[in-house]
This record gives sequence, C-alpha cells and structure tokens, in this order.
Amino acid sequence: MGYASTIKVPFGPQHPALKEPEHFLFECEGDIVVNVTPRIGYVHRGMEKAFELGTYSHDMYLAERVCGICTSAHTTCYTQAVEELMGVEIPARARYIRTIIAELERLQSHSLWVGIVAHEAGFDTLFMYVWRDREVVMNLFEELTGGRVLHAINTLGGVRRDISPDAVLKIKGGLDYFEKRTKEYLRVIKTERTFLKRTSGVGLLKPDDAASLNAVGPTLRGSGIRNDVRVDDPYIAYGEIPFNLITSDGCDVLSRTVVRTEEMLESINIIRYALDHMPAGEIRVRAPKNAPPGEVVSRVEAPRGELMHYARSNGTAKPERYKVRAPTLANIPSLCKTLMGVHVADIPIILAGIDPCFACMDRMLIIGKKTNEKRYFTR
Amino acid sequence: MSLVGEALKQLMRKPSTLKYPSEKATPPPGFRGLPIWDMKKCILCVLCQNACPPSAIKLIGKGQEAKVEYHLDRCIFCGECVDACPVDAITMSGQYELAGSDRSIMVLCFGKEKPVIPVKNAP
Ligand code: SF4
Ligand code: SF4
Repeated sequence: MGYASTIKVPFGPQHPALKEPEHFLFECEGDIVVNVTPRIGYVHRGMEKAFELGTYSHDMYLAERVCGICTSAHTTCYTQAVEELMGVEIPARARYIRTIIAELERLQSHSLWVGIVAHEAGFDTLFMYVWRDREVVMNLFEELTGGRVLHAINTLGGVRRDISPDAVLKIKGGLDYFEKRTKEYLRVIKTERTFLKRTSGVGLLKPDDAASLNAVGPTLRGSGIRNDVRVDDPYIAYGEIPFNLITSDGCDVLSRTVVRTEEMLESINIIRYALDHMPAGEIRVRAPKNAPPGEVVSRVEAPRGELMHYARSNGTAKPERYKVRAPTLANIPSLCKTLMGVHVADIPIILAGIDPCFACMDRMLIIGKKTNEKRYFTR
Repeated sequence: MSLVGEALKQLMRKPSTLKYPSEKATPPPGFRGLPIWDMKKCILCVLCQNACPPSAIKLIGKGQEAKVEYHLDRCIFCGECVDACPVDAITMSGQYELAGSDRSIMVLCFGKEKPVIPVKNAP
C-alpha cells in the first residue's frame, strides 16, 4: 500500500461514539488501525477513599452508586464481602430475593446493551423496540423495590423488601411478555441483513487472546470460553438453581450480541425457578455494627462480567481499605487487542461490544515529574 | 426487513410514551419519593438522623419547638430513615418532581406546629 507514515486519530475524551469520557489514541495506516493507546482516568471519583470514611451500613449506598446500570451487582458483592467479614449468614429467602433482583438487573442491562449495539450498527428501529420493552423490567423494579435504577433492596444481613405473592404473579406476567419479545429480537439479530453486515466478523477476539488477556463476562463467552462466576464459584442462590452457561464461538461482535440475548432468556428461566422455589421465612437478620479484623475478596458475575470487591477491616465500624475491580477494566486489554487492524468506521461498534462502563473502572496515575514517583488512585 | 410486521402492528397502537409534563406517570405504592415527617408522631429519638447515609437529616430544638431539617439536595432517597423510625413518623410520598437548580431552597423544615414549613419556597 505504501503509506509513508501513520496518522494519529484521537478518540475522546468527548466523542459522539462514547457515552462516557475516555480517551483512545489510534494510530492508523490509511483506514486501518495499527496501534491503540488507551488513556483512562477522566471520571475518577475517589470512591475507594469515600468507602473508608463511611460506616459499613452507609457504604452500602456508596457501593450501589459505583455503577448506574449494575447497581445490585455491586451491592450484592459489597454485602457478600462485608457479611463474610462480620460472620453473618443471611436467610435463605433473602438469598433467593437477591438472586431474583440480580437476574432482573441482567435483563435490564443486557437489553440496554442490545439497544446500544443496534444503535451503533445504525439499526435504530431495533434500538427503539428493545428499549420500549426494557420498560417492562424497569416497571417491575419500581414495584418491587421502589426505585427504577437504584434498588436499595440489599442490606447487610439480608434484603429490605419481601416479594409478595401478588408481586410474584406480576413478575411472571412481565417475564412472559419479555421472553416473547426477546425471542423475537434474537430472531431479528440472527437474520436481519443490515445488522449481520455490521457485526458478523467485526471485532475478532481469538479465544487464546481472550483468555490470556483476561477478558471477562460476555466478551470472553463470546469467544467460546466457558467462564461464569455464577457457575464456577456459585454465590447467593445460584448453586441451587439449574441453568445453562451460554457461549458462542463466533468471536465477533455478533456472537457477543447473541451471548447476551440468549443469556437474557436464561435469566428469565432462573427468575422463574427462583420464584417457584423461594423458601418461606425471614428476609433479614441483624448485622453487627463492627467487623472484626480481617480481609476478604468477593466475586460476583455482574452483567458485564466478573466483578471483584476487596475489603479489609480493623475491628471498627468503618473499612480500613476497600477496593473495587469493575469488569470493564478487565476487558480493556482485550479490547485494545481487538481494535488492532480494524477499520476506523468499526471502532464505535467494537468499543460498544464490550459494554463499557468507564466511570466504574477509572483509575488515576500521578507521576512526579522530578522524582519520577508514581502514585496510583484506583476507582 | 425482519421488523416490517412489527412496524405495521405499531401503526394501530398508542404511543408508548407519555406527553410529560401534561401527562404524568403515577408511581406504584412503595415508590421511594420525597420523605415526609409527621412531627405529631415523632419522639425525637434521632435514629433517622443516624441512619441517613448522606447526612440529609438534622434534628434541631427540643420539645414542642423541635424541627426536622431535611436537606433535599443531599437526600439519595434510600428510605433508611423510614426503616429506622420506631414510631413510623416518616413516610415516603410518591412525589418525584424534585429537581431544581437552586440548592439554597432545597431545605425543608418539618415542625410540630405546622406540618410542613418550607424554609423558603419548597420546590
Ligand atoms: S431517604 Fe435516605 S438519604 Fe433521604 S433522608 Fe431518608 S435516610 Fe436520608
Ligand atoms: S426516627 Fe422517627 S421518631 Fe426518631 S427522630 Fe426520626 S422521625 Fe422522629
């Protein structure tokens, strides 16, 4: 081809294709990306420090605000970590309710994502329909928890609201409709030519690369690797609920879409099973104020992949150190690998393909000019 | 092309959206909206103040003069205050149009005499 040199295309921090501020520097040879340098840290919020300043019961609400879309994944992970520190065993019914809320959240998050990817592929009709039907789940949340986005239902020692028999019927009704629609959208995704042309074979991530670069969640499963915290290390009620792990081996944006859509159908089955097998009894036990000294790592499968929280306690009512590793951070190295060699026009859809949530993962690195001292600020 | 049938069906349907602000959605019971204090019931135990994660509640004064100063701009609508109150003096109303651009008017006072005394003009 003979391009004398590469051109640098800055992408972000403010860019129409990005929903959040983040910067990527693309080096391009003609229309082909040959190098990617991510630069993160634009939405660093200092939350880990804020965790150390609040008490365990107040920090629950901070954990909920790490991410606006997977709020209950973060609270499940937080409560799991702190309950282990405190030695609290939550009642069985609370475990089931947490599972139901977590899976409803996966429905909500994945359908949001299917809408976004359809929008990035230039298929706005699908985007509109998917988001219209997503309202069914949002309305269920509003009835069950009192909030559409911030559910505030998990608490240390259990859950704050019970699911009444009436609500069970409502959820089932909503799920029946949602399942019908999701099956329809799965058909559209698999057959619609405009969508296939934009996603099939785009953003290839080989299974070897996905595994060695530690991709997580649907990005990893879209490359055919079986990995899901719900199966590998069952938490809350997942150990008692039969479900399938969804993978797809297309390794492209299309298979990531298919994995997420099929996962929605699986989530619907999980919720149905959990509603039918929910044990009766208490929903909450008292949690102590202080946690004895110790440290703990807790993992959950958030809609975007494996989410990890770390907590260290020192016997007081406040954590000594708290750390959050959001799934998007784990997906950045594999994302950069995926972006090598693609056309510039495919960048937005590949970026959207990992379901990025940049604010959840932002880190900051300060380098002293003179001393060359480096300081990291996570989260 | 695979959405043609869907699009045709849509012609016969009502819009899925409401014409806000002339049409408003009614929140379901249990919705976490603006918390309201009933100071006739309140026993001034300060449990709500302690339970509030962002410190949006401040109890001031004693006895008949006591007031709850509620900072709407700090409140995250978690409902912890409602759970904490031993005498159910706090209820979360369905009010959700609480956005504003002036923080100085976002302090509401709930006192014993008059049920609600907005500091300036309530939003
Ligand atoms: S709802 Fe939550 S944030 Fe608001 S006043 Fe009550 S405890 Fe505080
Ligand atoms: S918890 Fe209830 S009774 Fe106690 S101060 Fe608050 S409103 Fe009053």
